[in-house]
Amino acid sequence: MLEVNNLSKTFFAGTVNERKALRNIDLTLSEGEFVTVIGSNGAGKSTVLNMVGGKLRPDAGTVRIAGKDVTKLADHSRARYIGRVFQDPMAGTAPSMTIEENMSLALNRGKRRGLGLGVTKAKREQFAHELASLELGLENRLKAKVGLLSGGQRQALSLLMATFSGPKILLLDEHTAALDPQRAALVARLTDEIVNRHRLTTLMVTHNMEQALKLGTRLVMMHDGEIILDLDAEAKSKMTVPGLLKEFEKIKGAQLDDRTMLQ
Amino acid sequence: MITAVELGLIYAIMALGVYVTFRILDFPDLTVDGSFTSGAAVAAIGIVNGMPALVATILAFFVGALAGVVTGLLHTKGKINGLLAGILTMIALYSINLRIMGKANVPLLGEDTLISPLRQAHLTGGIVSVLIFFAVALALKFVLDWFLHTDVGLAMQATGDNEEMIRSFGVNTDNQKILGLALSNGLVALCGAMIAQYQGFADVGMGIGLILIGLASVIIGQAIFGTRSIFMATLAVIIGAVLYRVFIQLALNAGLDPNDMKLISAILVVIALVLPQWKGFSRFGRRMRTITAAAEKQKETV
Ligand SMILES: Nc1ncnc2c1ncn2[C@@H]1O[C@H](COP(=O)(O)OP(=O)(O)OP(=O)(O)O)[C@@H](O)[C@H]1O
Ligand SMILES: [Mg+2]
Repeated sequence: MLEVNNLSKTFFAGTVNERKALRNIDLTLSEGEFVTVIGSNGAGKSTVLNMVGGKLRPDAGTVRIAGKDVTKLADHSRARYIGRVFQDPMAGTAPSMTIEENMSLALNRGKRRGLGLGVTKAKREQFAHELASLELGLENRLKAKVGLLSGGQRQALSLLMATFSGPKILLLDEHTAALDPQRAALVARLTDEIVNRHRLTTLMVTHNMEQALKLGTRLVMMHDGEIILDLDAEAKSKMTVPGLLKEFEKIKGAQLDDRTMLQ
Repeated sequence: MITAVELGLIYAIMALGVYVTFRILDFPDLTVDGSFTSGAAVAAIGIVNGMPALVATILAFFVGALAGVVTGLLHTKGKINGLLAGILTMIALYSINLRIMGKANVPLLGEDTLISPLRQAHLTGGIVSVLIFFAVALALKFVLDWFLHTDVGLAMQATGDNEEMIRSFGVNTDNQKILGLALSNGLVALCGAMIAQYQGFADVGMGIGLILIGLASVIIGQAIFGTRSIFMATLAVIIGAVLYRVFIQLALNAGLDPNDMKLISAILVVIALVLPQWKGFSRFGRRMRTITAAAEKQKETV
């Protein structure tokens, strides 16, 4: 479903600030696969998601979605395939528009937008039905401005908007990180439910290793622009947080050794 | 004073256009100084050359829209800063407007205009013409309200509200900005065409400083009536445009020089922008906001 081949990106190439963000990343997700991605700060996790989403162009390599090469498509042109939720709860919704208007924007994902009314009675019923699945009571506040919602409510709404209009791929970049533990747990639970219900092919970045082990069907660890660990469902189910830390130390330590040898 | 209200209602059309760029798209568009005059020039030259006034007025709308498209292209495809893109088009339009008119001033005396039937029936300066101009402004307001609630209109609102988010739903925000600028400058040019017919001439300098009048109308209206919904916001813009004219008229009545009007406009806008930052006023503003928020909550729960 999602195929990333030989993806490379260097920021500020040829300057003193040169920074290799990705080094020849290969990653293939089959349909319905739910991959959690962990790794240290600056490992390149967000960069991978931004390239799949089209916000950044790779220096080399390709991105394929359902067999179609989308590497050169602008972000808005590939939006029809991709739902995204960002880390910042403010980023995924339009704050001065109402809940139903935001839902309408999402309903038309990737479609031609014409002069039909954005919110009609029939659509309103559909939105209320979808919103009810969040169990936050938002279905009773369709005419409220989204800016009035709490961070957790906004993030849950972002998640619903990213998923209910049927994208092929779902990209989540630390989408629970800015929430308090209780809200984070709620959004994580909703994520699990929604991804399973729609059988969405998903890439989820998180810094919470417990979350990374609990959710999803596969786990990938990144470091310094490379994928250093890739666990399938079975290996993942046997893995523990201390186990992950140990793997990380082992691989990082080996790298450090390599470097010392080179000098 | 009735004349001030009449003028205010005509200028409300321009203010609605400014509302689209400044408030909906969050884009500080200065094209309007030029496109207003373009509208006046096209309508005047059309009418003088025997075009039906209505056709000339509609043509003015499209010429204004074209100016908006140019600014939009400069900004989105040419990656030129929005303010500068508007200024570039505005300055270029000055020459173009002179070309259209052939001279600095085109009189419309004795021509059949949209306003001349009113004049001949001695209805201008009276309640009937105020009602007619109000109806025109309201009609345009309702069309704009409707448009902003269509699928395209919602995408345009979202472009000004959270650009990255709406791109992630597949909207080409460049196109939305170009469309919004076209709509805005079309309305502004339409207003220019009306003003030319109302005052009986088009003048190459008539658009100078117009953006301030548009801004002042939007800011005054929204400071008083708020922006809870599009319906209220556009109504506020119309009332703001009328209030602005009334203020100016009061200033003139108080003995101020007409030549000082641009200075007074500028001071008015500065006051409207600075006042809300002051402590006493912001406390007042906060209280107003709490009240409206509470009212809104109540409305939702019902
Ligand atoms: N737009 C950019 N311009 C310059 N450098 C960038 C840009 N985006 C990312 N980088 C650099 O690329 C590297 C990878 O960044 P990335 O954001 O992908 O890391 P990450 O794994 O998401 O980290 P974090 O866990 O902190 O979010 C970092 O060194 C970062 O500084
Ligand atoms: Mg990141």
